Amino acid sequence: MSTTAASPTLDVSGTRPIPFWRLVRVELRKSYDTRAGFWLLFTIGLLVALVEIALLLAVLIQEEPVAVSDFSIVAAFITSILLPVLGILLVTQEWSQRTGMVTFAIEPRRIRVVLSKLVVGILLTLLTTVFVFVLGVVLTLVCEVVQPDLTSWDYDWRFVVAFTIGQSLTMVVGFALAALLLNTPGAIVLFFVYWWGLSLILAAVAGIFPQFIDVIPWINFQVALGPLYEWELDRAEELAQILTSGTLWIGIPLGFGLWRILTAELK
Amino acid sequence: MITVDHLTKAYGSFRAVDDVSFVCHRGRVTGFLGPNGAGKTTTMRVMVGLTPPTSGRVTIGGLDYAAIPNPGRHVGVLLDASAQHGGRTGREILTLGALAMGLPSARVDEMLALVGLTDNEAKRRLRNYSLGMKQRLGIAHALLGDPEVLILDEPANGLDPAGIRWMRGLLKSYADRGGTVLLSSHLLNEVELIADEMILIGHGRIVAQGDKKSLLAGAQGAATSLAMSLDNTALATELARRGHLVDPVGEGLRVNAATEVVGRAALDAGVVLTDLRSGGVGLEDLFLELTSATARDGAGAVPPPPPPPSHGVHVPPTPNMPPVDSPVTPPGGHR
Ligand SMILES: Nc1ncnc2c1ncn2[C@@H]1O[C@H](COP(=O)(O)OP(=O)(O)OP(=O)(O)O)[C@@H](O)[C@H]1O
Ligand SMILES: [Mg+2]
Repeated sequence: MSTTAASPTLDVSGTRPIPFWRLVRVELRKSYDTRAGFWLLFTIGLLVALVEIALLLAVLIQEEPVAVSDFSIVAAFITSILLPVLGILLVTQEWSQRTGMVTFAIEPRRIRVVLSKLVVGILLTLLTTVFVFVLGVVLTLVCEVVQPDLTSWDYDWRFVVAFTIGQSLTMVVGFALAALLLNTPGAIVLFFVYWWGLSLILAAVAGIFPQFIDVIPWINFQVALGPLYEWELDRAEELAQILTSGTLWIGIPLGFGLWRILTAELK
Repeated sequence: MITVDHLTKAYGSFRAVDDVSFVCHRGRVTGFLGPNGAGKTTTMRVMVGLTPPTSGRVTIGGLDYAAIPNPGRHVGVLLDASAQHGGRTGREILTLGALAMGLPSARVDEMLALVGLTDNEAKRRLRNYSLGMKQRLGIAHALLGDPEVLILDEPANGLDPAGIRWMRGLLKSYADRGGTVLLSSHLLNEVELIADEMILIGHGRIVAQGDKKSLLAGAQGAATSLAMSLDNTALATELARRGHLVDPVGEGLRVNAATEVVGRAALDAGVVLTDLRSGGVGLEDLFLELTSATARDGAGAVPPPPPPPSHGVHVPPTPNMPPVDSPVTPPGGHR
């Protein structure tokens, strides 16, 4: 058998590589063209609307003071749970539904597919954030009409930025864990254990060894994010804490996850 | 066009693909044949970069698959028709492919029409597709980018007879127009009709390759005889004892040996022959012989199960006689 026989070459001079934006378009479409994807996005929207409206009713009935940012704060709780799930599904569906065989045959440079998914995750997070704030403004307007004296429009745009960054980072943690496990239920469970459990363990450790307290913000991403949410991130130390703990919490799983996706066998 | 060069894929100490080399030429249909677990799918997965090889290399038109820009426009791939999201409609699956490859949406309708999926069927979700419909959709997906090379893993799987004939014509005309086709199968008669060249693989190793004629020419040991006697059971036992493949067919026996050998066996067994003819050499026999040879050599080969009794002829199993109960059951096949 001869493998050295002159074989014709493929003329690829006229073919351009798939542009990145097109991969993003495909991945975006894949995020909502299935029932699971569609209902997840729908549920995020619905729950955000429900909690914000619940807050509105509570405020109006009890005639309490309310600020426009209050609405985003209650919604943040919902989105910080569901956006990571969104990030997880973007990755794990390729494995649970075995579509990865087709996806990575169409674009064999896997890192581009993964990055396009990450972009889609961030786009959808931004979309959710816009929804949260627009709805918040609309509902504050209602309060303004009903109880003008109790309604405050105190608004700090920096809060919007902090909120967006915080939500995106949470989504990325889900994404990273999904890349690591390549399995939907596993990644969701791991996310909650990781996100809340690890935080609790670190707090418990600090309770037992008080000298540990100063170290916590450096390794607990949740704690380090605190100043970001309150937009008191004015010290270099706090920024450094976000960076170090972020590397631990996001960098490590994302690094291993990417390595796993790039080398995994698809079948 | 496709060059597989000393490819090996090992899982631990098990070599699913073991030093495999072959070439698929432009304008030809190459059949990739082997029993279950022979390593066909693994080889094809390595070709398109889904599985990293342990050693060796595959190039398509001189390029690594990953180096081909927008590979869907050059290489059409169908590895597993059910590896698609069950919740997407057939049309949506093709639309996603067309979008990624940068094709107009009209191409989706063209492909649906080509593989014979109606508008109504294209609107159904994949999980509600029949096996053959999935297969047709998979073929449509592979053809989407109008590629020069087609890599199809068991494309006829689940197709009805009309579908198989249609696919045969499709691939043939595709190759006639200068395309390169590699298709795998474990059914020899399915491939025999369309493949210009055949690669036979067993237990990860290539056991034979070439066009049909040269394969048969090289298969001198695979002569067959058709014999009938007054005591087929005794004759079969004697032949099996001598290590020949015996296959009860109709009222008689088909033996993988020359007529002379059968005559001598009958003489020794004291059985009266009523009919003895040369059955010629079929590719089927060649295939079974070659792959059973690797099954015997291969470590951990399972002992063949006894063939079911048919027509009152019972051939007792012997350790060196592979099963011949059904032409599609490969010797040593575990599934
Ligand atoms: N991840 C793995 N670990 C161990 N063995 C594996 C792995 N993947 C594949 N194999 C083995 O490699 C061998 C080749 O499998 P492959 O799917 O290539 O066979 P095939 O020729 O396509 O068979 P079939 O005709 O049944 O489709 C099989 O024995 C299979 O069990
Ligand atoms: Mg296979």
